[in-house]
Amino acid sequence: MESKKTGSVVVIGGGISGMLSALDLANSGFYVYLVEKGPSIGGVMAQLDKTFPTNDCAM
Amino acid sequence: MLTLSEVQNITGEKGNFQVEILKKPRYVREDRCIACGACTEKCPGKFEDGYNADLKTRTAIYVEYPQAVPLKYAINPAACLKLTKDKCGTCQEVCPADAIDYTMTEETVTIDAGSIILAPGFKPFDPSRFDNYQYSKFANVVTSMEFERMLSATGPTMGHVTTFPKVPANPKKKKDKLLAEKRKDPKKIAWFQCVGSRDVNKCDNPYCSSVCCMYAVKEAIIAKEHAGDGLDCSIFFMDMRTPGKEFEKYYQNAKDKHGINFIRSRVHSVVEDAETGDLHIQYADEMGQIIRETYDLIVLSVGLEISCETRAFAEKFNIDLTESGFAKTGSFEPVATSRDGIYVSGVFNNPKDIPESVLDASAAASAAGDALAEVRNTLTKEIPAVPETNVIGDRPSIGVFICDCGSNIAGVVDCPHVTEYAATLPYVTVAEETTYACSQDAQDKMVEIIKEKGLNRIVVAACTPKTHEPLFQETLKSAGLNKYLFEMTNIRNHNSWVHKNNPDIATEKAKDLVRMAVAKAGLAQPLKEEKIQVNASVMVVGGGLAGLTAARSLASQGYETHIIEKKDTLGGEALKLWKTAQGEDVQEHLSALIKEVQANDKIVVHTNTTLEGVDGFVGNFTSTLNTDGKTTELEHGLAVLATGAKALETTEYSLGQDERIIRTLDLDRLFRENDPKLDQVQSAVFIQCVGSREPERPYCSRVCCTHSVENATALKDKNPDMDVFILYRDIRTYGERELLYKKAREKGVIFIRYEVTDKPKVTVEKDFVAVTVKDHVLNQPVTIEADLVTLATALVPRKDERLANFFKVPLNDEGFFVEKHAKLGPAEFATDGVFVAGSGHYPKPVNEAITQGRAAASRALTLLAKKDSLFTSGTIASVDVQKCSACGVCVSICPYNAPSFMTEGRFEGKADINPVLCKGCGLCVASCRSGAIHLRGFDTNQIFSQIFALGETG
Repeated sequence: MESKKTGSVVVIGGGISGMLSALDLANSGFYVYLVEKGPSIGGVMAQLDKTFPTNDCAM
Repeated sequence: MLTLSEVQNITGEKGNFQVEILKKPRYVREDRCIACGACTEKCPGKFEDGYNADLKTRTAIYVEYPQAVPLKYAINPAACLKLTKDKCGTCQEVCPADAIDYTMTEETVTIDAGSIILAPGFKPFDPSRFDNYQYSKFANVVTSMEFERMLSATGPTMGHVTTFPKVPANPKKKKDKLLAEKRKDPKKIAWFQCVGSRDVNKCDNPYCSSVCCMYAVKEAIIAKEHAGDGLDCSIFFMDMRTPGKEFEKYYQNAKDKHGINFIRSRVHSVVEDAETGDLHIQYADEMGQIIRETYDLIVLSVGLEISCETRAFAEKFNIDLTESGFAKTGSFEPVATSRDGIYVSGVFNNPKDIPESVLDASAAASAAGDALAEVRNTLTKEIPAVPETNVIGDRPSIGVFICDCGSNIAGVVDCPHVTEYAATLPYVTVAEETTYACSQDAQDKMVEIIKEKGLNRIVVAACTPKTHEPLFQETLKSAGLNKYLFEMTNIRNHNSWVHKNNPDIATEKAKDLVRMAVAKAGLAQPLKEEKIQVNASVMVVGGGLAGLTAARSLASQGYETHIIEKKDTLGGEALKLWKTAQGEDVQEHLSALIKEVQANDKIVVHTNTTLEGVDGFVGNFTSTLNTDGKTTELEHGLAVLATGAKALETTEYSLGQDERIIRTLDLDRLFRENDPKLDQVQSAVFIQCVGSREPERPYCSRVCCTHSVENATALKDKNPDMDVFILYRDIRTYGERELLYKKAREKGVIFIRYEVTDKPKVTVEKDFVAVTVKDHVLNQPVTIEADLVTLATALVPRKDERLANFFKVPLNDEGFFVEKHAKLGPAEFATDGVFVAGSGHYPKPVNEAITQGRAAASRALTLLAKKDSLFTSGTIASVDVQKCSACGVCVSICPYNAPSFMTEGRFEGKADINPVLCKGCGLCVASCRSGAIHLRGFDTNQIFSQIFALGETG
């Protein structure tokens, strides 16, 4: 018999893609552990000034 | 959330992994730190500030940036004097919260998880080893990441573009002081593309980094915005790669409107003027002429690279990588790694920009969730809601929070003065100034003040409510206040940014804005949000790759899904394809996917079916279907639009006049059928951009370069003696597709570039088709006698205005669907409950269509999972039936069909507004001649109070 699965997900990396994966999963009923090696999440996108092609503020 | 943490070990298998995580010490207790910053003021330890691309140093105790989450300080143990030499200890002495703890140690935790997602990202390429550009030696050669920080208002130069950016702002060393004196505003800046990309001589990165062309264009535009039109910006490139949505227009505007120079050349070397630090460069222009120029600043557009740590990590845990170090994935499961149960998203899954990373994120979430469908909701807990305080009838007690936004607002507006002024306004109990109102500590403090002072209305004067209102409303909720007892006024975008040269006037305007907001907030009432019932089924329009993928994911998570396909078969345009960019057989995978969908009892397939009408709103749609003339109704909660795109019909280049002139998809068919005609071909020509990147269709069709390069190589494989030519404008083989381009060149495919103003000419002769093109190297026309000409025709959307109208979703000028947000909402529409996937959004190859199909499913799942806690907005219109004259103007004017006449009861015939459909636009309020309609949260008395408040003087 197959052992019971665990209803949680580990997301490794707290950049824009890691954060959004974590949010989608948490919002659809899974417990998420977001693992980030730095002291805060945000990744490279937080370093950017504006984003193409709309010139929106990255922050 | 586990910060300062690294994965040490992964054991177990899909469904049941054990992940061992090493948690490094922060040396600051998160539960106590209030991020006041007192510790940094006295900290003597220094190290490089990675957030600012090492352009400056920071103290050993630090927070990465003011908006960091969690907003808690950390100590870098390598830079801290206490931890390295046991001297100092100042931060512990000054910390008012007693949060510093030097005795913290590493700890290891083991977590059980069903799925794992890898999103480790990239590191920017380090150009120090490039001796020809002398990045590490010349002060005025910077990387694009450094330049990005220079442009940022929070960066080391506070957005001021200057030469010698690496020299500290207030230099202490003599050498730095001398350099700082030479500092000037640059007049000429050059960007060098493909530094650390598309290059096997100087580095080992043969791939294209996909994002650098666009970010260089962006940096040049913003630099000109900062420095004025006098700034001369030049971008030196090989191929301009702008194949994303709205990218081509951005590039054209950069050329035509912003006057940025684009020079097709790879600069050989840079020499520094020892006296001034100016940079002399030498390059060959397109005619082969050597040109010498001098620039003040050179920006190296560095590529994206996978770090050694990530590579080692992958190797340790048996994740297969490509030669360039990206995770190996298949086109048909584009987010699954080689190890079952482990998924990948972002740049580690091939170089990509933000919207694609966002799609990857949702797709990986959907794949990780599909694997665990049966144990969903077993480990999650609802956060208990803070009970709401009843404030009805209470005298208003307003708290005003003025945000400095660092220097964004406080650099122009006299914030202390505005705060003092706010405190004098009627009903204001508290007025506070904060450095960043959006930071976690400011939010916590706000909750504290609300509770302590018994506030019942809150005003925040800061940036734009578009992005930040929901954040503050959450804060109100956690303080037990109804979230509509809130008013936000924008003293940044509408004030400090636009009046930056008139600080006095800006301060007065800030006072006016605050006074108006306070007047309105005083009249705010708590509003109720209506619960929405969600029908837990989804209608997918379009049975192509994206639609099939979305349906499969939704069904595997247990939701009933209907696929509406107008043709008699599933598969869409993918039925016409031969191979993917990775060489997989499309038909083999597609038929497996179709079989899987047909066998799934949660999926109902409606072929030969068109959509005739849609009624309803998120959670409750009723669609009218027409199957072979028979009409049925389908009730569904959500919808995914995956209607795809098709190849352009054209007569350009004599298409249709001769069977030797065909389209890309025709060539795919010949390959698929292994047609003997192909064995006869001696000379084949591909013409790119047929109908794309032209005034009529100013977008790049994204898929054609890779497709033609792949087919050209396949022809060469078939017959190495065949002459194969590709006539192109820019070769746009982004990401690792660049390797296909390299392979094609190695196999002898000849690439000839043409200008859009001088297109190739095709003439049909008896024995051959003559293709004449001006060769870019010889600068002379050459004629090729071809016996097969393949046209890479544009991908055009179906431009289904009727469908767009059914769901009230917008189309752009070319007829592609416009998503909710170009960056952060690429798989959904602004209309709640409607999602988008596939080439109807923008042309995309197989793997990207599948990613978006999964992403749309993931976004839909977040709504389906919340089906018991979905609410309408509180700021909606309502009718005072006593005043309603039943004239019907509101019914006819509403773009969302929210008002209707009541059909029964005491007020039969009067108007009623459906709270779910109402978007709170206010059209009906303004048009109601009886004054019977009120927009909650924006009621007439509130608006008038603001107008009257404007008339008063500060």
